[in-house]
Amino acid sequence: MTQQTAPAVVEMTGISVEFPPVRALDGVDFRLRPGEIHALMGENGAGKSTLIKALTGIHSPTAGTILVDGVERRFTGPADARAHGVSTVYQEVNLCENLTVAENIMLGAEPRLLGGLHWPAMRRQAASHLKRMGLDIDPSSSLGSHSLAVQQLVAICRATVSDCKVLILDEPTSSLDTDEVAHLFTVMRQLRSDGVAILFVSHFLDQVYEVSDRMTVLRNGSLVGEYATADLPPAELVQHMIGRSMEVLEAAEEVVEHAERPAGATPLLQVVGLGRKGSVQPFDLDLYEGEVVGLAGLLGSGRTELARLLTGADRADVGQTRVAGQVTRLRTPRAAMGHGIAYTSEDRKGEGVVDGLTVRENIVLALQARRGWMRPLPRKQVDELVASYIQQLGIRPADPEALLRNLSGGNQQKVLLARWLATAPQLLVLDEPTRGIDVGAKAEIQKLVADLAVEGMSVVFISAELEEVLRISHRIAVMRDRRKVAEIDGGGATMDQVVDLIAGGGTR
Amino acid sequence: MTNLLRHHLFWPVAALVVLLVANTIARPSFLAITVRDGHLFGAPVDILRTTAPLLLVALGMTLVIATRGIDLSVGAVVAVSGAVALSHIASSPNPDSPVTVLTAVGLALALCVVLGVWNGFLVSVLGIQPIIATLILMTAGRGVAMLITGGMITTVNSEPFKVLGSGFWLGLPVAAVIAFGVFAVVAFVVRRTALGMLLEATGINPAASRLSGVRSKTLTWTVYTASGLFAGLAGLLISADTMAADANNAGLFIELDAILAVVIGGTALSGGKFNLSGTLVGALVIATLERTVTVLGISPLVTPLFMALVVIAVTLLQSPRMRERLTAAARRPVATTPPEPQPAARPDSTEVKAR
Repeated sequence: MTQQTAPAVVEMTGISVEFPPVRALDGVDFRLRPGEIHALMGENGAGKSTLIKALTGIHSPTAGTILVDGVERRFTGPADARAHGVSTVYQEVNLCENLTVAENIMLGAEPRLLGGLHWPAMRRQAASHLKRMGLDIDPSSSLGSHSLAVQQLVAICRATVSDCKVLILDEPTSSLDTDEVAHLFTVMRQLRSDGVAILFVSHFLDQVYEVSDRMTVLRNGSLVGEYATADLPPAELVQHMIGRSMEVLEAAEEVVEHAERPAGATPLLQVVGLGRKGSVQPFDLDLYEGEVVGLAGLLGSGRTELARLLTGADRADVGQTRVAGQVTRLRTPRAAMGHGIAYTSEDRKGEGVVDGLTVRENIVLALQARRGWMRPLPRKQVDELVASYIQQLGIRPADPEALLRNLSGGNQQKVLLARWLATAPQLLVLDEPTRGIDVGAKAEIQKLVADLAVEGMSVVFISAELEEVLRISHRIAVMRDRRKVAEIDGGGATMDQVVDLIAGGGTR
Repeated sequence: MTNLLRHHLFWPVAALVVLLVANTIARPSFLAITVRDGHLFGAPVDILRTTAPLLLVALGMTLVIATRGIDLSVGAVVAVSGAVALSHIASSPNPDSPVTVLTAVGLALALCVVLGVWNGFLVSVLGIQPIIATLILMTAGRGVAMLITGGMITTVNSEPFKVLGSGFWLGLPVAAVIAFGVFAVVAFVVRRTALGMLLEATGINPAASRLSGVRSKTLTWTVYTASGLFAGLAGLLISADTMAADANNAGLFIELDAILAVVIGGTALSGGKFNLSGTLVGALVIATLERTVTVLGISPLVTPLFMALVVIAVTLLQSPRMRERLTAAARRPVATTPPEPQPAARPDSTEVKAR
């Protein structure tokens, strides 16, 4: 293979990064060769992002050397790195939604004319870059008018505009559906054959195996090793990542006990013909105590929209909702909370975490909001509550006063779960609770959901990962094109069956 | 030492101390306080008194800024408040009666609350951007004040009203007692109840707060109303000091001074975390600075420039980036961005639930 002989384009040796008192990276070596897709693997907090940020100059390492194309470099920041051919596309799309696609792509590399911008050339060049990536969108359209997936591809397109030797993709697939991921991979392979070195970070093991050539595994800020993807079976990879065997995880996966619900029970929440124009077509759904109902469907199929109508986050314009048999209108999230209904949004950053507040404040937020500002929870009670959730959910760092923005994604998600569990809801609607978090935390959250159902809570579970939905749901509602198209029993359902329903192929 | 340097009040307090020292060097008797007729006199007491209206306005401004908003109309509200109170007293047959004065105060404050409610309505219900919403009243309010005073500068003689501006209570200026008292009560309420946290949550992430059941709209509405009320109270103190209601000049630019006090105090204009003690120090810095200009005998021609330089220095020292550079210079260089979330999860966290 060529990459065995080609000199490394990036060579990092003995990199350490400290955020006193924490040592986030401890003497890590990393090599990236031209024309390879190299996966950087590790759990949340293993140091993947820190390594990337050390490379792109966001963090300055306290020890170690970084060679790019054989020259020792310490970039002053992403712009400097980009100027030397190292471009990064982050997990959260960092583009300007209010600008056009062309402006976003060419930002910082705008063609100029007589001291001003050469608009026609900008559109032309952007169009050719888009075409190279097989993206058929109007360069003059505003970026915000496109889906997150397209925005992600535009971000990658932007990264390849300047002479790009190294492309870093940090969790590029976490908000994409299957087709979009396939498209992205085509683009990545195309870039690889052009000689670009791609550093790929993803929590989806199957994707890593599908697309990567080599992988480097980190654990707890230290290097575990570098492997050729073909030589490392997934089970071994997971062991390297978490430092212990797969059995523990497998035990956590056998979670669903399909208890029979008593005949004639009143649904906790019953909706009839609930819908909202332009959002989701009228649907019926019954939710019972002690039951996990999964929502399956592609991105944009109406999963989230349905959840938002159930929980008062959006207002329905037709239909009826009954809570424990009583007709009720859930006009606001607050009203839904009053009926014991809790909702965690898929948009963790935008609608979940309050990142400038502490773990403690984030956990008590919903409970305190329900009590009103005039009746503050006694501090002692708050401390006990927070300590118990930190312990129960394994939130790290176990510091109630840590600012939420300093926690990893998985731990932020646990804090959000704690926020809602603290209100003791009867119905918990979880929208993508496991997106972008590592294997271990994912298994923990799945186990937690199953436990809650056993304790009598009703749970609605939304995930883009079908396996996950299949594994923990008692019933599965399938969504397609903003309509609920089927409801099947989770116990007997197979992957193929659900995929067929999602794809609209009917029953096999 | 580093902890002290990092404390959010360090630089504003340092600025205040530097100003006081500069004044004392220029005029050694600056800090002297004498007792005359049972009242305290001296420059520090004067500073407390002149801080009073600004402190009230800045108090409301801090709460508004915490919700990601801004209230530009406070200066106009100050003018309206004085106009209402003095017009009522002037038209009354008995300006020295406490009933007249109490009615005047009540009317003025009531109208200011209405103005605050109006701002809150525009921002929280109609969703107009705060800077635009309050700009409306900033311009219109002075017109309202003009209408009330009939375009004249209304002056009155009313002993009970005068007490608000230049009276003393237990040896202290009444204006200062009122302002600091209101400030203390509000600060206590905000931090002892959950109000502070809910305001911060609203300011940091309004969408997340709404989904968490926080009544963000009501809270936003409330802080604009409070800001109107506090500006109204400030307007009473200002008009009682001069015993004149000047629709054009009362409280002119006080909104800018108030925003400055908030920023000097370490509350970011982007909303979220707020810091009332910082605002208190910020207001004192501004009042002391104004005093310093006269003590140092700085020519009125360069006064605005001088004040601008001091303000730039303090706000720069307050900025996180500058601080980081300073602490970095003090120790060895560290990262230029705050630590990111990485050093968090440990594999042992998986054991808790996976058992």
